[in-house]
Amino acid sequence: MNFKNLKLNLSNKNKDLIPQILTVAFLILVVIYFTINAQSNMGNRGISFGFGFLSQESSFDITFSLIDYDGSHTYARAFLVGLLNTILVSAIGIFFATILGVTIGIARLSQNYLVAKSAEWYVEIFRNIPLILQIFFWYFAALRALPLTVDSINFYDISFLNVKGWYVPKFVWTNFSIFIYSIIFAFVLIYFLAKYAQNQRDKYGKQIPTLYISILLIIGLPFLTFLIGGVSLTFEIPELTQLSKTVYVYRGGVSIIPELISLALALSMYTATFIAENVRAGILGVSKGQKEAAASIGLTKGQILKLVVMPQALRIIIPPTTNQYLNLTKNSSLAAAIAYPDIVLVFAGTALMQTGRAIEIISITMLTYLSLSLSISVFMNWYNKKMAIKEK
Amino acid sequence: MNLSILKSDKKNLNSFIVAGSVLIFIGFIDIILSSFFSTNITAFLPNKISYLTPLLFGLFGLYLIRIEFSGNKLLDKVNTNFNSSNFNAFLTLLVIFSLIKYIPPLLNWFVFDANFAGNTKEDCTSGGACWVFVKVWLNRFVYGLYPDNEQWRINTAFLTLFLLVGASFFVPQKFKKYIIIFLLFVYPIIGLKLISGGDFGLKYVETGAWGGLSLTFIVSAFALILCFPIGTILALGRRSKLPAIRYTSIGFIELWRGVPLITVLFMSAVMFPMFLPDGTYVDKLIRVLIAITLFEAAYMAEVVRGGLQALPKGQYEAAKSLGMGYWKMHFLIILPQALKLVIPGIANTFLALVKDTPLIFVVGLLELAGMVNLAKTNPKWLGMAMEGYVFAGLVFWVICYVMSRYSQNLEKKLKTER
Repeated sequence: MNFKNLKLNLSNKNKDLIPQILTVAFLILVVIYFTINAQSNMGNRGISFGFGFLSQESSFDITFSLIDYDGSHTYARAFLVGLLNTILVSAIGIFFATILGVTIGIARLSQNYLVAKSAEWYVEIFRNIPLILQIFFWYFAALRALPLTVDSINFYDISFLNVKGWYVPKFVWTNFSIFIYSIIFAFVLIYFLAKYAQNQRDKYGKQIPTLYISILLIIGLPFLTFLIGGVSLTFEIPELTQLSKTVYVYRGGVSIIPELISLALALSMYTATFIAENVRAGILGVSKGQKEAAASIGLTKGQILKLVVMPQALRIIIPPTTNQYLNLTKNSSLAAAIAYPDIVLVFAGTALMQTGRAIEIISITMLTYLSLSLSISVFMNWYNKKMAIKEK
Repeated sequence: MNLSILKSDKKNLNSFIVAGSVLIFIGFIDIILSSFFSTNITAFLPNKISYLTPLLFGLFGLYLIRIEFSGNKLLDKVNTNFNSSNFNAFLTLLVIFSLIKYIPPLLNWFVFDANFAGNTKEDCTSGGACWVFVKVWLNRFVYGLYPDNEQWRINTAFLTLFLLVGASFFVPQKFKKYIIIFLLFVYPIIGLKLISGGDFGLKYVETGAWGGLSLTFIVSAFALILCFPIGTILALGRRSKLPAIRYTSIGFIELWRGVPLITVLFMSAVMFPMFLPDGTYVDKLIRVLIAITLFEAAYMAEVVRGGLQALPKGQYEAAKSLGMGYWKMHFLIILPQALKLVIPGIANTFLALVKDTPLIFVVGLLELAGMVNLAKTNPKWLGMAMEGYVFAGLVFWVICYVMSRYSQNLEKKLKTER
């Protein structure tokens, strides 16, 4: 009897506290256990925990770098090179995956049976093959089948594709900053134009062709800088030079290494399938009644798409698509498999081998990805709140 | 462009259809001749125009037969499905022409010119795919470096598994429960013991020798079985009203979901041993399994949470009003319903898991893709990368396609039930 009373007397607060205390205690114990082990292990190997190694000379080379780098730079700089390469391939991948994904997503909804079927098969084929295999395929099989440097595939004498990579002209600018300012200025003007147009529409019901004026501005202003702003652009075209009897290389221009090409190809083709499915779901998600209602109040086809369907479809499309962008960025870490110098290969690979600082380096790498993911999910939450249907 | 003269007004319907069909036919003849017999019937035209002639013929022909409500059922069907506008007609022609142009060479490489007979690279002479490579290495692709005369153990383990799974579909409901419990809790241990050996007179085979497709299945199956309960507990933890538990779960889930699997595998390979007492050695495969399990558990947790959130509040309240406690409520009322809701999501997670298994190459375990990588660097078989990856891709594709189809069917089935 006493026992039963005791059970009843246990207040709700205590009942909630016990599992929480147990959890926290367990976590603390695990952390302490790991720390003690890690300390003794590192003691045995004669290294101590710390991030001082980041300012040491790295003394290894990286095959592809967006910023100035060689072996005499620090590990921190090597990390930055890797990070920039990750961002580069992710940005290229996201760009092409979006274009391809939206095209295929719309194609899947086409009235044309053949187009819809081909789009469906594209999705089925590329979604169901592991990404790493696709990367291997492009890198080891498809791109290796390209001709040697001497017999490069020639695109109108300005760009050359061969087994060593893709050589494209380099842009040589004078007064580049003026050009950039003109673009920024155009965007500012467009912003005010949009505000003005909205104001006019709300007040007087006047429609201003914002889109055409914007296009004119964004092309016209930078073009003007060429005419009167002293901006000029020349191209440095890659040229075939002979080093010895059988060795040829391309000098000048920009060389895009095959690792980057195959990684970007595989990432964008794989992610495009998921984006296509999102786009399809988004457009299908707008109910038919919305389109019919819009048509019944006399909107044109273009207006229905722009004012009624797209805003609602985008609300469905954008959150999962951002997730796909995030996945693409995380998947770009597969670069390590084909030796594209991204953050995983440069930092968690080469730098770790040289320094042996497993804990520090893996933590930095994971934290980098983690902060990227978390910042995007914070943005997504903000966006979802902003876009959520405000019911009156 | 006003081409109203070229629009049929039903009186001359037949002549329009005939003219259009003839033009389309010429277009097809042109493309077929130029792609298979390398003869160009429009060679007298400038190079670029002659290249586009099939398209122009086809477009004009399709334009002529685009007659609304012609009364001809077949024609109306063609027009609505393939030929509703100039743009659609263009797309139709583009798809058909590229199929004509690119499918036959592909088929030639795959089947007609491919080499099947022989045992060495030198037997591949006809220019097509060298499937001899796959034939010779097939054993390695399936079993990895597992000793040849012990392979019956892997076969037995998987055969038993399939038989048990098959049996669970046919036996009466009463025994089904026991078979599933046996499959989930007892069989993995028996299967693992059978494959690894060491006792009962079986030769010990170290995990480094495991590989190929069988390793893909072993890793995915174990990770799935293990990540499911962990994921469910994490999902419950994330919805708990106790802050310490909730934040621990959120932290755990977001940590794993925020990093790529490859860094997790790196961690299991180089960082994890640092956290264990000196001298303890955990097998590579076990470490990989733990890493993949924890990683997938975080994703599974989010899937299960979706199901938990989708359940109406009334279910919780009803369970509580019956006097059920937290665990009783969840195990008897909430989870059975929530899990049923998210079966497609679980299938998708499993699909992602299977597609992720090739990544275990970073710790030196070689499943199918890894074995292909190994085989193509063999000096006797250089230059066989294409065949190897196409084969591996095909195998993965079949596995994943069947699974995704199954999950889609499941999704449809569950939708109608609600």
